[in-house]
Amino acid sequence: MGSALMTSPDDTSYAGRYPAGGQAFPHRHLLGIGHLETHEILYLLDEAEQWVKLNRLPQKHSDRLTGLTIINAFFENSTRTLLSFEIAGKRLGADVVNMHAAQSSVKKGETLIDTAVTLNAMRADAIVIRHQSSGAVALIAERVGCPVLNAGDGQHEHPTQALLDALALRHKLAEQGRPSSDGMMNGLVVTICGDVLHSRVARSNILCLHALGARVRVCAPPALMPAGIEAIGAEPFHDFEAALKGTDVIMMLRLQNERMSGQFIPSPREYRHLYGLTLERLKRWAPDAIVMHPGPMNRGVEIDSNVAELAGQSIITDQVEMGVAIRMACLDVLTRRQRGVPGWAEGAWV
Amino acid sequence: MKQLRALTITGGKLVLHGGVVSGAIRCVDGAIAAIGDVSPEDGDEIVDAKGALVAPALVDFGVFAIDKPAFHFGGIARAALMPDRSPPLDRPSAVRFAAQSGKPDLWVHPLAAATVGLEGTHLAELALMRDAGAKAVATGRSWIADSGTMLRLLQYAAMLDLVVVSHAEDGGLTGNAAATAGEMASRLGLPSAPAEAEALAAARDIALAEMSGARLHLRQVTTAAALDLVRAAKARGVAVTAGVTPAHFMLSDLATKDFRTFARLSPPLRCEADRQAVVAAIADGTIDVIASGHDPRGPEDKRLPYADAEPGMAGAETLLPLTLTLVRDGEITLERAFDLLARNPARLLGVAAGELAVGNEADLALVDPERPWIVDSARMEATAGNTPFDRQPVQGRATALWKGGARIED
Repeated sequence: MGSALMTSPDDTSYAGRYPAGGQAFPHRHLLGIGHLETHEILYLLDEAEQWVKLNRLPQKHSDRLTGLTIINAFFENSTRTLLSFEIAGKRLGADVVNMHAAQSSVKKGETLIDTAVTLNAMRADAIVIRHQSSGAVALIAERVGCPVLNAGDGQHEHPTQALLDALALRHKLAEQGRPSSDGMMNGLVVTICGDVLHSRVARSNILCLHALGARVRVCAPPALMPAGIEAIGAEPFHDFEAALKGTDVIMMLRLQNERMSGQFIPSPREYRHLYGLTLERLKRWAPDAIVMHPGPMNRGVEIDSNVAELAGQSIITDQVEMGVAIRMACLDVLTRRQRGVPGWAEGAWV
Repeated sequence: MKQLRALTITGGKLVLHGGVVSGAIRCVDGAIAAIGDVSPEDGDEIVDAKGALVAPALVDFGVFAIDKPAFHFGGIARAALMPDRSPPLDRPSAVRFAAQSGKPDLWVHPLAAATVGLEGTHLAELALMRDAGAKAVATGRSWIADSGTMLRLLQYAAMLDLVVVSHAEDGGLTGNAAATAGEMASRLGLPSAPAEAEALAAARDIALAEMSGARLHLRQVTTAAALDLVRAAKARGVAVTAGVTPAHFMLSDLATKDFRTFARLSPPLRCEADRQAVVAAIADGTIDVIASGHDPRGPEDKRLPYADAEPGMAGAETLLPLTLTLVRDGEITLERAFDLLARNPARLLGVAAGELAVGNEADLALVDPERPWIVDSARMEATAGNTPFDRQPVQGRATALWKGGARIED
């Protein structure tokens, strides 16, 4: 390939961090952070910056994806991720269609493969998929002729969540006067606390933060801690306060209600007793830490309202804002080949 | 299929229990009549083995489908059928039907369901099923959770002199797991269970077998911890035997990478250390049987998200060549390979086969142990090509097969 053409009209100060043209992101799909090189993660983060700017303007519109059809196929209920992808597609000028498969023919026994073939026949230009089974999105991706974005598959990955978290964190660090010239987060200590075992958000974040050079801690009771988590790049803790000590960033995970009724955790109040992020705990063990949560929150269980809304430290609403920008960047980058963007139309997929 | 003419195979290397010797073998009226320095008699059909191995046809202990073309490709003349049919083999009529279903050129030995509906609560009619042709009793794909039921089953089977074939995985620990807990399962986000689920179940079953004096066969033992328990029990003189399928000595859970559902097995693939422990246990005699676990599954069962896919692999065609890799690696001798594949399973079933011995059924295979071929899931004899060994080059093929002295033509 070797084309030195600009990757996008907004290419600015990041040139040189990654290979030229389409080699900067040579993937057909976005299935997980685990498939990405560090410079590819940085590329998506950098690409999102232009959309952060655009989204803060009164006229938040680009025509870049005009004429393209994006299908959001959500086999599992979702409000915020679906909305975020829908807004992202619309701001780029694409025609966005939402398919709520949780109430569709999938329930009538149509197989996932048949659904994939059907979606493909609709000639979508990108498909965004959420599914309750790990690996389901990759399975569909094999059967369709357009890019597939994983919006969460079972307990496997939720890559755009990890990317938006990294972007929100990057902005907060810059605001605090700790910007990074190379985009990395070397040495930053991030603690992810909650139901790590069942969390695709945790997996994608561990992989993403680890790739960016952060030191990742995970904190959960044994029943909610996956085996072999060290091998993925995280240091396991059971004691929340020990994990909090020395932490720069605290990322709380949502604990599903059904897991708090005796099978994994005796009760919500017992969980809060051990793992709830209260203001007292925060002030005592990590007084300056940045607080994050992927939402939706169980206020009063894993996080208290006064922590979630703590000015200067909580970036929970920033995460939501960055979500739109990241998804715009992903949709833009992944559709460049079919749009014939110079430098992106040739070369092999990885 | 009846043997019409006496058969003498000359010029072969005979795989006997004690070793491999050059010689001939003569079969009359479906049975082996003479072995070694024998000459064909007038009127014999004469086959020149041209230096190939003359081995007992394989006895595949524990399959989930009657898939004749795949078995014949794999040199298998007898298969012990698991009771996990729909409906289960829990009635004498079902057993009798299954026992006839492969004849004349494949003998199916039904394993009677230990409990009604394989539900693990009520003992099935084991004596009636034995008399209908069941050669052993099996708990099926799952174990019997209730220890009291398991003890009564073992005591009853001991009285009837039937081997009890158990699936050693503690159901409380495994739950809906699709993988072994560890790095791979955590990366893929799959529901997983600790490998110790196997040792827990094996320990209980061995203790109950020891108490009841029953013969216990753990159909698949795949972890170092459970193999240690079997080894120790054997040393104490407990009548326990162990089996495994080639997947568990060839592959670790790395094979499940990218959600490859053809590698979704039950029990699930283990870590590399456990795989090596299985190889060591085959070499030291702790494992007695290697079987295919043949379970062909089409796309409706396999082309699904990993945890939603059914476990199992089509293994009949690759059973022999994958076992022969252990011979080439120097882990076992050639004659021991056929003990694992034929003699030992035949003894568990109590059938006069699986070994080249005068008086045994003339179930024979000519085997070229070096012949190279490539496993191709798109072009298999089995009813489905769900093999985790797709595109893998292997060596060893059965080139001819006789059931009861009668040649099985392709």
